[in-house]
Amino acid sequence: MKMLNPQQVIETYFLENRHMLLELAAFLDRYEVAVARQGEHAADEKKLAVICQAIEVLSRTGSDTPRVEQLLELFAAV
Amino acid sequence: MQIIQPHYHAIARTAQDYERMAMSGVVAVAEPAFWAGFDRRYPETFIDYFRQISEFEPTRAAQYGIRHFCWVAVNPKEAEDPVLTREVLKHFPEFLSKATCLGVGETGLHKSTANECDALAAHVELAIRHDQLVLIHTPHLADKAHGTRRVLEVLAGLNVSPERIWIDHVEEQTIRPCLDAGYWVGMTLYPITKCSPKRAVDMIEKYGTERILVNSSADWGPSDPFTLQECILEYRRRGYSVQDAIELFHNNPCRFLGQNPKFDISPIRIESIEKELV
Repeated sequence: MKMLNPQQVIETYFLENRHMLLELAAFLDRYEVAVARQGEHAADEKKLAVICQAIEVLSRTGSDTPRVEQLLELFAAV
Repeated sequence: MQIIQPHYHAIARTAQDYERMAMSGVVAVAEPAFWAGFDRRYPETFIDYFRQISEFEPTRAAQYGIRHFCWVAVNPKEAEDPVLTREVLKHFPEFLSKATCLGVGETGLHKSTANECDALAAHVELAIRHDQLVLIHTPHLADKAHGTRRVLEVLAGLNVSPERIWIDHVEEQTIRPCLDAGYWVGMTLYPITKCSPKRAVDMIEKYGTERILVNSSADWGPSDPFTLQECILEYRRRGYSVQDAIELFHNNPCRFLGQNPKFDISPIRIESIEKELV
C-alpha cells in the first residue's frame, strides 16, 4: 500500500481546508455582526468559547494526543 | 418559487441537471462562453462553440421548460493569444444578433497579464459599439484581489455604463469597490473554491440586494448547480420571506439581464387571493 507523502497531503487537502477555515471565519464574523446589531452578546456563549479553544488547539504542535482527539474531548463538554 | 440561474455552463452538464432544476423552480439559465479545459487553437472551434450555445442548447433546455440564453467571449485563459482573440472577435456581431444572445462575456482576467488586459478592453469596446451588456470574470483564489483591481482599472479607462456591466465571482475582499463604482456584482457558489451559500447571505446582509446576482457553479469541474437552491434555503432560514427571495434570485437577474430586450422574463410579485375569491 502506498500512502501520501507530506507534500501530497498538503496539495490534496489544501483547498478543502481553506474552505473550512473561511466558513469558520464567516461564522465568527456573523456572530460579531449579530452582537453589534442586537447590542448584546448571546446569553450562553459556551459553545462559542469551545470553538475558540479548538482554534487554539489547532495551532499547537508537539502534543502526543492527536488534534482530532483533543477537539472531540473539547466538544464533548457542550 | 421561480429561480433564474444567471451563470450556468450547460454544455458541460447532463440533461439530468435541467430536469432537477426544472423540478426545483428554475425557469431560465444564462450560459457565458467558457474555457473548455484546454486551450482551443482555431477560431472556427470558437465559432462552433458559439453555435452550440446560441442554437442547440436552447432546444435542450426547452425540453424541460427552461429558457436558455447565452453570452459570447474569448475567455480570459485563452485571451493570452492575441491573434486568436482578434480573429474570434471578428465573428461576434453574427452571434450578438442571435435571438438568445445577451451580450459579451465572460471576458475578464485570469493571470492579469498585459495580453489579457488588452483582450478585456477589446471585448468591452466591442460591446459598447454594439450596445451590449458585459459579463466580466475575475480571477480565482490567490490573484482575486489584484485581478479585480486590474479589471476596475481597465474599465475606468473606457467609456462604460456601469449599470450594464456585471463583475462576477466577487468575494468579501472585492465586493465593495465593484459596488461603489456602480457595477452589478455576482457571487458564485462553489462547493469549496469560491464563495459559499452562507458567506453569500452574509454579504447580502451587509451590502443589501441592489445590483447583486447570485450564481451557482455549473461547469465540467467540481461544481454544483444546486448551491443556488442551498443559498435560497440559507436566506429563507434567516427569516427572509419568499418575496424577498424572489427579488434576489429571480427579479434581480431580470433587472440586469432585462436591459437587453431579448431577455423578456419580467420581475414577479406574489399576490394573495382575497378570501371571497377562494
